[in-house]
Amino acid sequence: MKGLHYHYQVPGDDFTRAGEASGAIKAALKKLGFSPQVVRKVAIAMYEGEINLVIHGGGGEIDVDIDGEKVTMVLADHGPGIPDIQKAMEEGWSTAPDNVRSLGFGAGMGLPNMKKYSDEMTVESVVGEGTTVTMVVKLV
Amino acid sequence: MTLGEVKTILDAQLLCGEELLDQEVHTACGSDLMSDVLAFVKDQAVLLTGLMNQQVIRTAEMMDILCIIFVRGKEPAPEVVELAKEKDLAIMTTTHRMFTACGLLFQSGLNGGVHIQ
Ligand SMILES: Nc1ncnc2c1ncn2[C@@H]1O[C@H](COP(=O)(O)OP(=O)(O)OP(=O)(O)O)[C@@H](O)[C@H]1O
Ligand SMILES: [Mg+2]
Repeated sequence: MKGLHYHYQVPGDDFTRAGEASGAIKAALKKLGFSPQVVRKVAIAMYEGEINLVIHGGGGEIDVDIDGEKVTMVLADHGPGIPDIQKAMEEGWSTAPDNVRSLGFGAGMGLPNMKKYSDEMTVESVVGEGTTVTMVVKLV
Repeated sequence: MTLGEVKTILDAQLLCGEELLDQEVHTACGSDLMSDVLAFVKDQAVLLTGLMNQQVIRTAEMMDILCIIFVRGKEPAPEVVELAKEKDLAIMTTTHRMFTACGLLFQSGLNGGVHIQ
């Protein structure tokens, strides 16, 4: 299979649109005939990442590459960065403000869930510069 | 049971997804916290919630949830219903509160699905 590439610009000021990119990728993978398990893993992992991009990162960019072996998602923002990545990866750790909680998010489950649903995940972050999360879901 | 039966049991109003009423469903979940739905739901086809925004629809989309039931008689905004239509999801509203709505469905044979840690 020839490699496919998708690029999305995710606005940081419109929470209602968070998930558009993940929805589009989910539909594309379904159409390409990927197994329901793979489609779901990618959809959940990417959606959690996209929400984080909007609520914590101030928006950013998502690049998705699909080849015969894997789906690679790179989510990059130029937001505040994460001071302690290990802490951020803990279940229940969240700095989400109350308005985010009232929308049903901010339980500190996103990053652990992204780790669970992807086969590989790396988080690179520099305080004051931004965060890049890379996730890989293998096709077999 | 079918989504049509769910509608009858909850005395619910269908806002969209007429074509899904014959769909068989076996499991459901109730939550106002989408973080939890994303982390703990496995194969539940119905989501009962008191929360109303676009992210409820998107969360359902990612989790392959077929039907969202808004409890306590709340009416979702038109753009929320529009998004659900676009994603081929059914939306119902019921005047029952969360506990009662879940209880009625459980009593009629819907269950919580597999428990995952
Ligand atoms: N892109 C990001 N930029 C800056 N900080 C981030 C970013 N992503 C995550 N964080 C930090 O890591 C914490 C944990 O993230 P995680 O996604 O696990 O939980 P949450 O987003 O707070 O809540 P939930 O995902 O359950 O809605 C966040 O509260 C935030 O402090
Ligand atoms: Mg999160």
